[in-house]
Amino acid sequence: MFPDDLRYSREHEWVRVDGSTATIGITSFAADELGDIVFVEAPEVGATLSQFATFGVVESVKAVSDLYAPISGRVVEVNADLSASPELLNSDPFGAGWIARVAIGDPAELDALLDSSAYAELTAG
Amino acid sequence: MEEQLRHTPLHAVHVALGARMVPFAGYEMPVQYGSILDEHRTVRTAAGLFDLSHMGELHISGPEALAFARYAVVSDPAALEPGQAQYSMLCADDGGVIDDLIVYRVGDGYLIVCNASNHDAVLAQLTGLLAHGDFDAVIDDRSDRTALVAPQGPRAAELLGTLTDFDLATLGNYRSATATVAGIECLVARTGYTGEDGFELFCPARKATTLWEALMAAGTPFGLKPCGLGARDTLRLEAGMPLYGNELDRTVNPYEANLGRVVKMEKGDFVGRAALVAVQQAGPRRKLVGLMMDGRAIARHGYPVLVAGSEVGLVTSGTLSPTLDRPIAMAYLPAADAVVGGEVEVMVRDRPFRAEQVKLPFYRRPKPDAG
Repeated sequence: MFPDDLRYSREHEWVRVDGSTATIGITSFAADELGDIVFVEAPEVGATLSQFATFGVVESVKAVSDLYAPISGRVVEVNADLSASPELLNSDPFGAGWIARVAIGDPAELDALLDSSAYAELTAG
Repeated sequence: MEEQLRHTPLHAVHVALGARMVPFAGYEMPVQYGSILDEHRTVRTAAGLFDLSHMGELHISGPEALAFARYAVVSDPAALEPGQAQYSMLCADDGGVIDDLIVYRVGDGYLIVCNASNHDAVLAQLTGLLAHGDFDAVIDDRSDRTALVAPQGPRAAELLGTLTDFDLATLGNYRSATATVAGIECLVARTGYTGEDGFELFCPARKATTLWEALMAAGTPFGLKPCGLGARDTLRLEAGMPLYGNELDRTVNPYEANLGRVVKMEKGDFVGRAALVAVQQAGPRRKLVGLMMDGRAIARHGYPVLVAGSEVGLVTSGTLSPTLDRPIAMAYLPAADAVVGGEVEVMVRDRPFRAEQVKLPFYRRPKPDAG
């Protein structure tokens, strides 16, 4: 149901680790809850994210929702496609809808995240 | 303690369709059945079906029904031909808007259809005026026994035509008639809140489910979809229509809201006349304007609006327009600052974003092909 190679936060963000960098985004559960996403305010390259602190905003037709960083790190890349195509968060939240890539601050922070089955349990309840 | 929300007669239908239900004006209402953007586009290109049964229906009858209605609302119901309707407002003595509504001239009097959120205030105002004004008229609150189902969109007339022998081509805009639809006697009104052609069908509450299901079945070949309050809001905003609670409230007078044309001073005395004459003569102190954002940042209700660096107003409504694919909004600005083409800034999360003042509406439906 949720990709096995990712780690998940309770705020419905995901992390894909690739060596010393990580890609982050929101889960399909979050995207489905939000409905049509029409705007994403992503951090800038160079910004420092702090685990579980807000780092941006995602907007649906009716509402504005905060994004919470699943891990700490320095932003090294931001998905440029989201400006013109915010709907990628709905159509491909784990792939083309990625939000940012960060240089991982502290790998031990991953221990605070859920694996896919724990996240599935969280969202089932 | 959980608030007890009311249900329309179609509540079970919405739940069965998987609608996301939310509290609205004391009712549990469908905000969306799937995608708000998809529902919106469906109304603009085919047809959407709305449950508006939460709205209020107050019927005025009696020998002085017309005189009473003329005194209560700011428009002139005397101008209505049989079967004709007019958009209007109930104002208080100070000229502030109590509700915006539609007055329908029907066979045996006048039907006032008001916002669900203002049902109690409208009924109280009308009841008070009747008691003090010595009018020989009767108010019949039919809200709870009346359902309202609205097919809206360019294909609404076609699909409704398959369910009735009534010749809809004879029903012009803002006209109504009693007709049998799917075997159910309805008041069929060519009115709506979407900026498209469409109909509002008033039927007995106990027939609502039958009517809804007949429309959904008849509508399948036309692409009809159920639509919720989310799409209702984006549609009316594109069409430049005010929402009570956002653009209209007790502190707003019709002239500020670009609705001066609805007020008919020449008809004689009515509630709020003196206050409104003063506004008409001096000019309103603030004006409702349309805003088109330059970029992708969305202006929303409550966001500050700046002119020449100073905060002068607030956004009343705002969203991403599905049809224009740009953020649009409405706001009140001081009259001196309200000028089509004028530049403003809207504060979005403490950062200023440029917008242009534009003429309303943002969207006008295409004229029917004459050729």
